[in-house]
Order: sequence, then C-alpha cells, then structure tokens
Amino acid sequence: MPCVGDWLNNPLSIVRGFFAQNAPNSDWEKKVTEYFKEKLKENNATNWVPSLNDIPVHYLKPNSLVKFRCMIQDMFDPELYMGVYETVDSNTSARVLHFGKYRDVAECGPQQEIDLNSSQTVTLERQTFYCVPVPGESAWSVVLNHRFHAYISASQARVSPSTSYTPSRHKRSYEEDEDMDLHPSKQKEQHMGNSSGGDIHGCVEPKRLETEAPAGHHLISPNCSPPLDLNFPLPGEKGPACLVKVYESWESFKVNDVLEVYGILSVDPVLSIVNSEERDSSALDPMECMDTVEEQRVHSPPASLVPRIHVILAQKLQHINPLLPACLKEEESKTCEFVSNFMSELSPVRAELLGFLTHALLGDSLAAEYLILHLISTVYARRDVLPLGKFAVNLSGCPRNSIFTEHVYRIIQQLVPASHRLQMTVESMNQSRFIPHKDYTANRLVSGVLQLASNTSLVVDETQLEQGQLDTTGVRNVTALGNLITWQKVDYDFNYHRMEFPCNINVLITSEGRSLLPSDCQVHLQPQIMPPNMEEYMSSLLTAVLPSMLNKFRIYLSLLRLLDYSISDEVTKAVEEDFVEMRKNDPESITADDLHKTLLVARFLSLSAGQTTLSRERWLRAKQLEALRKARLRQQQSVNGNEL
Amino acid sequence: MSSPASTPSRRRGKRGRGSNPSTPQDARSPPSQKRRADDSTSTGDLQPLPTSPPADVQSPGAADALFSSPPQFRHSAIPLDFDISSPLTYGTPSSRVEGTPRSGVRGTPVRQRPDLGSARKARQVDLHSDGLAEDIVATDQSLGQKLVIWGTDVNVASCKEKFQRFLQRFIDPLDKEDEDIGLDLNEPRYMQRLQEINMVGEPFLNVNCDHLRSFDENLYRQLICYPQEVIPTFDMAANEIFFDRYPDSILEHQIQVRPYNALKTRNMRNLNPEDIDQLITISGMVIRSSQLIPEMQEAFFKCQVCSFTTRVEIDRGRIAEPSVCKNCNTTHSMALIHNRSMFSDKQMIKLQESPEDMPAGQTPHTVVLFAHNDLVDKVQPGDRVNVTGIYRAVPIRVNPRVSSVKSVYKTHIDVIHYRKTDSKRLHGVDEETEQKMFTEERVKILKELSKKADIYERLSLALAPSIYEHEDIKKGILLQLFGGSRKDFTNTGRGNFRAEINILLCGDPGTSKSQLLQYVYNLVPRGQYTSGKGSSAVGLTAYVMKDPETRQLVLQTGALVLSDNGICCIDEFDKMNESTRSVLHEVMEQQTLSIAKAGIICQLNARTSILAAANPIESQWNPKKTTIENIQLPHTLLSRFDLIFLMLDPRDEAYDRRLARHLVSLYYQSEEKMEEEYVDMAILRDYIAYARCYVNPRISEEASQALIEAYVDMRKIGSGRGMVSAYPRQLESLIRLAEAHAKVRFSDKVETIDVEEAKRLHREALKQSATDPRTGIVDISILTTGMSATARKRKEELAQALRKLIQSKGKTPSLKYQQLFDDLRAQSDTAVTKEMFEEALRALADDDFLTVTGKTVRLL
Repeated sequence: MPCVGDWLNNPLSIVRGFFAQNAPNSDWEKKVTEYFKEKLKENNATNWVPSLNDIPVHYLKPNSLVKFRCMIQDMFDPELYMGVYETVDSNTSARVLHFGKYRDVAECGPQQEIDLNSSQTVTLERQTFYCVPVPGESAWSVVLNHRFHAYISASQARVSPSTSYTPSRHKRSYEEDEDMDLHPSKQKEQHMGNSSGGDIHGCVEPKRLETEAPAGHHLISPNCSPPLDLNFPLPGEKGPACLVKVYESWESFKVNDVLEVYGILSVDPVLSIVNSEERDSSALDPMECMDTVEEQRVHSPPASLVPRIHVILAQKLQHINPLLPACLKEEESKTCEFVSNFMSELSPVRAELLGFLTHALLGDSLAAEYLILHLISTVYARRDVLPLGKFAVNLSGCPRNSIFTEHVYRIIQQLVPASHRLQMTVESMNQSRFIPHKDYTANRLVSGVLQLASNTSLVVDETQLEQGQLDTTGVRNVTALGNLITWQKVDYDFNYHRMEFPCNINVLITSEGRSLLPSDCQVHLQPQIMPPNMEEYMSSLLTAVLPSMLNKFRIYLSLLRLLDYSISDEVTKAVEEDFVEMRKNDPESITADDLHKTLLVARFLSLSAGQTTLSRERWLRAKQLEALRKARLRQQQSVNGNEL
Repeated sequence: MSSPASTPSRRRGKRGRGSNPSTPQDARSPPSQKRRADDSTSTGDLQPLPTSPPADVQSPGAADALFSSPPQFRHSAIPLDFDISSPLTYGTPSSRVEGTPRSGVRGTPVRQRPDLGSARKARQVDLHSDGLAEDIVATDQSLGQKLVIWGTDVNVASCKEKFQRFLQRFIDPLDKEDEDIGLDLNEPRYMQRLQEINMVGEPFLNVNCDHLRSFDENLYRQLICYPQEVIPTFDMAANEIFFDRYPDSILEHQIQVRPYNALKTRNMRNLNPEDIDQLITISGMVIRSSQLIPEMQEAFFKCQVCSFTTRVEIDRGRIAEPSVCKNCNTTHSMALIHNRSMFSDKQMIKLQESPEDMPAGQTPHTVVLFAHNDLVDKVQPGDRVNVTGIYRAVPIRVNPRVSSVKSVYKTHIDVIHYRKTDSKRLHGVDEETEQKMFTEERVKILKELSKKADIYERLSLALAPSIYEHEDIKKGILLQLFGGSRKDFTNTGRGNFRAEINILLCGDPGTSKSQLLQYVYNLVPRGQYTSGKGSSAVGLTAYVMKDPETRQLVLQTGALVLSDNGICCIDEFDKMNESTRSVLHEVMEQQTLSIAKAGIICQLNARTSILAAANPIESQWNPKKTTIENIQLPHTLLSRFDLIFLMLDPRDEAYDRRLARHLVSLYYQSEEKMEEEYVDMAILRDYIAYARCYVNPRISEEASQALIEAYVDMRKIGSGRGMVSAYPRQLESLIRLAEAHAKVRFSDKVETIDVEEAKRLHREALKQSATDPRTGIVDISILTTGMSATARKRKEELAQALRKLIQSKGKTPSLKYQQLFDDLRAQSDTAVTKEMFEEALRALADDDFLTVTGKTVRLL
C-alpha cells in the first residue's frame, strides 16, 4: 500500500492501485473517493493539502493533491472521456487497461498505442466548471486561510506572491482590458481607480504594478497572441482561475456556488500543445472547425494560466469565514462546542461591536445598530417571488466628497469575508459591465460586477455621483442594481433570452440624500463628532481594535447569519394587536410595508442578541428603533423641505 | 450477380426515363442499393469483402466492371450519381431479389446522405465494445432471409418489408398535426405523403417515429438503436413504393426518409454516453450557425505527366494523395483538380438548451450540430427547433508526434430532421401545443384536482400566496391565465375574437401590485415583464436591426410579440408615454401588431393578455374621483380591459389583524412548511398549461340564456336612469370570463355556474372601478366615454341654460365674453367654473348657435 505522503504528492498512484485491484468493475471509483474522504478526516489532514488560493501554480507539484476555494463562474458543456481504455504495445502487442478518470491526457508508453476500437473501452461523462476565487474576498480571510497551512511556512511560497507572481497576473488583466475596450484611455483611468480600490486588499503595491505592467506588456506583445481574459467578476481581481472537472453529482452545483474542492492538479503542458498542433494540421478535418478560435482559447486555455483540477471531493461552503468550522449544520460535537462557547460571550462581543461601529459612524449609535442588523441579514427563504430576510440599508446623510464612505467600506471589509465597493459615477455606470452576459462566439458567460457569491457585502457609494446622462448601458446597470436590491436576483443576459439567477447579496448604499436606488430602510446619519482629520481618525480606529476582538466580530457576524429563528404564537398575537392598534391611531402612515420592516428589524435584533425566538421586549425595541429612525427622517425632511 | 448490362440500362434509365421497362432482375444496381452501398462504405474501413473491390476501384479494371459502369463514363453520364465506387454488398442477395428495380428508381440519381455517412469518422470511436455494425457481413449466403447486419439485429429484407407495410397501412385518424392540412386522416397517411412528393417534387419523406412506434415497436427500436443501418433501408423501401406507384415521376434525387420525433431523449441535459450513435430528438435554440463549409467528398487527381485521372474518396476527414501514378508510374505527379472534385455542403450549428428545460441556477448547455446538403441554412440563430439526428462522439485526434491523446471526445449531432417549434406562431393555427408533454400520472393528478369542488378557490389561493387577500383580484388573474376559447369569425368578416382577458390593476402604491405582476411573469412560460417607464413603443412592438455579421435586416421582436400566447405584464402603466400606449390599442382588441419600418411591412400576431398596473396620478387614490380621473388614462384604452380592479388599502381592523398574522407567519415559517400549505407552483403551472392545451369549452344552451339575461340586466340597471351600464364589449368580456372559468373546471361546456361567477367577478370589478363618485352608482360610461352620465347631463343642462340666457337677451349680434360669464354665474344656483362655461360655449358652437372670437361671442 502507498505510504502516507503518497496520497498528497502522488494521488494518481493510489488511484492506480485501486484500479488495478478491482479493474473491470466500477467499484474502484467509489473506493477511491472513500479512501480520500477517510484520509482527509484525519486530524488536520485538510491543512496539509496545499491550496491553490495561496500558492501560485508553478510552485505546486503537477498531479499532486490540491485544494481550491472558489466560486463557480461558468459551467461548460459536459464532456465525454475515456473512462477505461486499452493500450497495445506495438512490439509485443500486449494489451494493458488504463483509467482515464482524473486525467486530461490518456497516458501510454512510448511503444504503446491506444486502441480506440477496443471492446474494453468505457465512455464516461464529466462536467467542467470554470471557477474563480471568491470575488471580493477580504484580505484577512485570505491571510487567515493561508495561515492554516503548515506547508506554506516551510516553503518560500509565501514570499513569492508579491514578487514574481502577482505582477504578471496583474499585467495580463491590464492588457486585456485594453483589448476589450475601444477606449483605452478611459479604461485606463478606470483601471487606475480599480487598482487603487484593490490596494485595500492589502497585499499589492499598486504603484509598482502600474509602472511595471506597461513595460512587460511591450516586451511580450510582439510574439504573443492577445492575453487571456480570466473572466473575474470584479475588476482588478487576481488569483488563479481554474477548470474544475467534476465527476459526480454535478447537477447539485449551481452557478455562483462557493465550493471547496480537493482534487488532482493537472498542468500537463500537452494540453496546450495539443491545441495549437491541432489547429495547424487540421485544415482538412472538418471536425476542427467546430470551435472558433475564441472558443478554443476559452475552453482550453494554457494549463499554466488556468490549471485543471480533477475533483475527488467537492463540498459546497455555507460561508468562507476561516474562523468558523466549515460546516455548521453537521451535528458534530466540536462544532456544537464552538457555537455554544461563542454564544456564551455573545453580549459583550455585541456591545463591543456596537461601540466600534458607533465610532466608525462618527458617534451615531442608531446607525451603528442598523448596520449590525444589516450585516447579519441574509435571504433565508423565498416566498414565490418575494425574497425574505433581505435588508438593504441606505445610509443617507454621508458627507459628500470626503473619504468617509471609503473608510466605512474599509471597516466593513475588515469584518466580512467578502465585500465589494461600487462607486457610482455616471462614467462607471455607463461603462462597466454589471450583468453577466453570454458570449456566444467564445461560448462562455462573461462575468459582470453583479456576479457575486452569496452573502457578499456590496457597498454602493452614491456620494460620488454627479449629474449627467446615463446611456443605455447605464440605465440597464442601474435597473439591474435596483432589481438586485428589490428581488435579490440578477437577470443574466443570454442574448436571445434572459435568465434569472437568484442571489443573496447585502447591499449598503451610502448617499447624501435619499438614494435613487430602492432600499429596505433608510437611516439618516447624524454625526455626533466631526473629526478634523478623518483619515487619521478612521485608521486609528482600526489599529485600536485588538486582533482577537476583530476576530470575534468576524465570527459574530458570520455565525449569527446561520441561526434559525421562530416566533411563538403569543408573540404573534401581541404583534397582531400592536399592528391593529397602530393602524387605528395612524392609518395613513402605518402600512403593511411598515409591518414588514419592523418584523425584519425584530428578527435581526433578536438574532443579534443570540436569541432564536422573538420576545415581547425585542418587538418593542424594534418598534422603538423604527420610530427613532422615522423621526429622524421626518426631521431631515423638514430641514430640507424638498425631499421625498 | 451484376452484369455489364447494367451500364446500358443505367444510361437508358437516365436518358429516357421510364420509357424503357426495367431490365428485370438487373441484379446489379438498383441505385437504391448503391445508395445503401454508399452509406455503408462511409462507415469506414471496410474489410475487403469477397465482393468488394479495392478502394480505388475507380480505375478501370475487371473488378469494376463487375459492379458498376466505369467511373469516368458514369461520371459524364450521371454527374450526380457519384460514389458508386463502393460496392458493397450490403444488400443481401435476398433483398436484391426482392427489391425489384423499377426504371423510375434507377432513373433517379442517388444523393449521398452525409447525415448518416459522416459516421465514417465515428467508426473509429467505437464506444461500445461490440459497437454498431462496422461491416456488413453476409453471414451465410444460403440463408438468405436470415441475414442480419453485423453487430445489430437488423435484417435488411424484413426491415424493409415492415417499413413498406407501415407506409402502406399506417392510419391514425385521431392524431392531428399541424402539417396535416389537406390530408385525409382515414387513408394511409404516408401514402398521401408520397403522393405529395410526386406532386411537389420534394424528395423527402418525414416520418413521425411515434407513428412507427405504435405500428411496430420492434422496428422503432431498431431505428433508434441503429439509425445508420435502418434509415437507408427505409429509403430503399420508400423509393420502391414510390416508383412503383409513380413510375413517371421525376425527382431531383431519390427520396430520403427523415424520421423525427424520436422519443429517446428530449432534453440536452439527458444526453449521455449511451446515446452515442443512436437516433435522438432534442429541442433547443439555435445560437450560432457557421458559414457554409464545402466538404470534399471525393478528390479528383490528375497526373501531370500522362493526364491519367483518378478519384480518391475521403476517409476520416483525409484524402490520401496517391504518390504514384498508376498509369505511368511517375512518383508525385498527381495534382488535385479542385473543380472536378466532389463537395457537399455542410454547416456547423450550435444549439443551446431552451430556457424552459434549464434547472434553476445553472448555465445552459450547448451541443454542436452538423447539417448537410439541403438542411444547410434551414435555421437561423434564435430559432427554436426540435432536432432529430444521430449523436456522435469523436476522439480528439491522435497527434502523430505525441503519443498521448486527450482522453476527451468531441460530440456532435448529425442532423436528419429539423422542426421549428416557433414557426407555428406565424401560421395562425390555434395550436398551442408547446411541445409540452404531460406524463400520464401527471395528467391523472391534474384531472383529479379538477374534480375537486373548490378547485377554483384552491387555485386562486395558490396564486401568489405571499400576497395577502385580494381574492377577487387573484381570481381575475387566474381566469386571465386560463383565457377564453378562441373563436374564429373570419368567414363572417369579423376576424378572430379575442380570447385573452386583459386586466388592469390600479391603486395605492405599496399594495403589492408589482409583486403580483412579478409572480405572474414568473409563472407563465411566455411571460414578459416591462415597466411603463422604461419601455418605448419600439421595445414593445418590434424593430428592425441590421445584423452586424451578415448585414442582413433582422426583425427584432419586442415584449408584446414575445409574449404571444402568454401574458405581458406592464408595470407603471400610467407612466408610459402616449405613443407607446397607442400601440396597445391594436394589440388589445385585434391581437395583432402591424409594423411598417425599413421596408418591412408585416403584421405579427400578438395574442397576448395584458396585465397592467397603474398608480393614481396623485400618488394616493382619491375616492372622490372616478377611475379615469385618478389614473388619467384614455378611456379608449380602459374600455379594452375586461376587468379593472382597484387595489386599495382597506382600513378595517379585522383585515389588519389577519394581515398581521399572515405577515408574521411569513417571517418565521420554514420553507418546507410553506410549500405544504398550498398547491405548488409547478402543479399550478402544469394545470394551466394542460387546460390551455386540451380544454376548449363551448357555451351550453342554458349558459347562453344566462349570459343574455345577465347582459340585459346590466343594460337595464342603467336605462332606468337614462344611463347605459353595458356595451357589447362587456358582453364579450362576460363570455370570456365564463369560458375561462369553465376551463378551470376542465369542463367542455360553459354552464350556468360559470356565467354566475363571471357575472359576479365582473360586477365586483365594475363596482370598484366604474362607480360614479358623485352618485355612487355603477356607470359603465365612465369607462367607455371617460365621463359619467351625470356629469354629461350636467354639462348639457348648463349649455341649455346658457342658450336660454343668450336668447333672453334679445337680438344682439354679439356679446362680451366676461359679461356673459358673470350673467350665467349670477343666474345659476350651482357654482360655475370658467372651464364649465367654456365647455358650454363650445357645445353651443358645435350646434352652430354661436362663435367665439377672442373676447366676444357672436350669434349666428
């Protein structure tokens, strides 16, 4: 039997072993998955597996076991492959059986030839997903995930990302943007903006990138075909994209699902060679004109850029917070212990978080309260078309043209595992691609900003928006954003038709007055303090928090999202009474909509205190919060006079 | 076996078709067999059979003479009849004996079938160990009838015989298809088809596999499993029958059988390795089609030295260039002569899963199709088609320099038959079959459901359960989803009667109108959702676009046309601009859409129901005003809505209480529990689809009486007070509603209860929308003329008063405007506004009583 390290470094040899033992019947496949499942259950075994998220491909050993945390960006057509095939030795005509699973290339020795007509050949099917790292993943999440690898600290890989590996990746996307867009200058500007936004991620030095990238570009361009668009949803993203080949139950996965896959890394250079050769030699073969050049580029890109992973185990992730156990639904004692431990110290954490956010929001505790509720909101069910549990907050009254909104985003970024800041300007609305659309020539789904994983925080900054003319794209983008907020769905553009993809994205809109986008609740900011130096104030805020506390905040926000919730009959009655009473007193201003909102606030309020049922006190508190919020809005209205 | 005699007879056949009776038992070549031969040669490297000549048979030689005329000769004589080269003996002796060649058959050239033939490449794959027939081996010559094609259980002779029997005998009077116009269903269907071929001259016979299945299960199975072998046999059979019947018929080439509607696979997602090399039918949407690809079938080489020529057939996509001239033995002297080579048309098409078949949250799959010969360019990107063809898998080619192979196959489908699914939309045939298949259990469930007494309530509850109450509105929408029966009065000159029910919802903002619209849009398969603010007339109708690639003008259809046979949901109807709204006039009554743009003049069907939502102009509904005044829509448009509902926020305690309970439950119930409570959305959708397809109720005697009474009653209500409360349009609405209600019950007859419900609903809607706020009386003229009868009466009274006033002034030719106004105000006991005064003046001016010029009023 193979030794311990083998299953990590040479998993195929293990597969081969199983195959040899049980060759003709298909039991061996099951045995392989079970073997690896067992291996990974061993203590901390998952941490030994190198992750494609942190380590550049060229540091990884080909055909070794790797893991990859990613979002499914696109699904390609299923492919048929030779599950089992036979080779014939041209000298001895000895016949040998091989397996094609977990491989891109049918292997055979120098003297051997594959017998395509053999009766032993078994054709099987597998599905290819195009996966990208979770878009907008916060730096802390990446780093913490990173830290879990004993492997890393040993190798020099840790240093490398910032030197050789990242810039090259960056340059690629840079070039391509230019390629895609007819207005390179505008694109460049935008790109500058993006990369400076990207610098918040913390591990890239944007200045150096900007200077290096064009130089590299000139060097390479003459003898190189235009670079590949790796199709990341968010501009300025980096990290490996991957073709993930799934062998089992691929029907259960959906676009935008976040997965953690364990599989065999395949970077065989043959993959690219086969490609180019084919193109040269096949002028006469009509089979080759099946795919356009673009399609070939997209569907079989060079393995060095887009490695392949042949999945042995894949699991959907509920969240990507590395501080939490991966799967909370499972009734494992360890998980339960973790949850109950954390729940016991919940209220101090909440108080701390509230204090922290109050400071961040310039002393406005009401807004901070609402921000907490917003951050733990999640769509927990859909009633026919109506998504339940979404809580888009419009934080109005933000000071215009100050770095305040940017810093609010920075703080949110520190708290949630994935986030993105969308700066609304007339240009950006007119130029960027929000809705993913299908490119039929290349046969792929071209990503857009709104293709985000579940529970991503989207911070829309409206303070930058000036007057101006929106063109068709702009209108479409704004409509898409509005639909996203109201219905929690994005209609992907398939050219001949649209398809609806449900999503679950927390949208926070920062604006000066009331936002032009719809929202579930508008909170008007009332700053208590006006620090003279915003920059300094905000940065000091973050440094003042202990890292351990920050981690607790992170656990708090991710964990509470996953809790269940119910309302007892008594409270239902009480709420009913209350509503009737309110309507009696003021039928004009209390509508069903308000009840909706108050119920939502009550839900998140209870959850934020760790309570899974609604109590009378929470209900009253929710009402009180709503009343405060509304009073503020009215006050604001009377000040401005012309709003609403 | 074959005889040299075949050559002259062929030629005769070609030149003087039919004049010469067949050489009986001209064993060699009924072209039907040659055709067959072509197909099987194409199946790849045939092992030389005892009867088959070497691959380069073309060169004159003894072997050649055995089987066919010398190629050059043949070529010049019958250019179309290429590829006789392969000999093949696939036709068994017995079939040769039976296949009595007729002069007609022989006279008609064979056209190669690349749709079956490209198998030659697929051969290499050989997915299943024993695969399909590679070669056809006559296992035992003496056994004659018992021969089967190697690797299959297909016996050519019996297969042919069975198929001939099928063609001659198949009758199914019940099965009606839209292509069947002009067919006598009680006569053998396919014989009539053959007759049609004789008349029209299109040598393709489409065969519905479903028919074949009901006729002979085993033959059907063979067709599905071994299409490559069975279809040529079918061709042979069809040709024999055809030329037997119509020996004088002249066709471009021999009849090709095109099976369709194979039930093997319906959905692209279900394609799996087992389907390889089988006949499948899938539906989808064409997303891309390539240019025409000329595919070389046969290369023509000429020796540069001695001008000796030879032909090489394509083998697995390659032409083996002869390195040595056979005649003069010079090496590398052969050159390809392009314009004497043989090419066939080919096109690559990408088909994408239809959106309905896609599971939520996944991206659509695509599959590559290859169309050959006349199927090229039959479909355009955007077309919805059902494709029948053979599923193929080809390994990605072995690279000679690298020993390893990609272990992946490329798959495609060789198209045999296309059937456009949406082309029907252009014929106005009332057949919304939607290709929707209901399994028997499903139908049973639906039927059982329909028997329930409270089905109407049940379904209306299932509609948008998250929206609270508004039961009548939901019922109205439910009836809209079912629609009335389509009636055709074209003969009497009135054209089609609209069967679709249009509904307008108006009311306070925040009463979940949009949500209701969204729900409906999500429920129906052909729903469209637009917002009045964001849509232009062009977006609703259609526009002409220049395709950037082909520079071709393309008609792009808008929401209304796209929702043909569906529902078009228009939100913020009031915000729509005037010109956009005007296109709706035609759509809402005539159900068509006329376009005259960029040289394209056409009338498109837009048999769509419209579900619109409008907000009151003052943001809050003003109960003191009429509907028209509240939403400021032209009454011409309003009268086209069958039902107009007000969605107001009722202010009453019990309602509030129920609402609160409902909302609270929404916020904690788990998803599973919610689903249990109601009829699930999928069932509802199927129920509606089924009813729309199969239930077409007619009005019974009692029901028509009830309708008449109802209408008369409605007219009476108003007539007492000098008002009209119903117009024929309302009667039509009633009929539609009653029909829809009968559909809900799956009943073929409209009965009195249906009329009762229609009446009730209609009255409810009227009560809400057509009540005159001044009198509190239902007055339909609010909707038809935009003004209530009382208002009109008051206007007339004022005009009369004014006339009297002027007459009382005696014979003055002109009056001062302001003074007259003051006088009238002084005289009248109610307040007279300037507008009212002006209106009265205008009324009098219309009567030619006076004219108004500037500040003076002149009497005439």
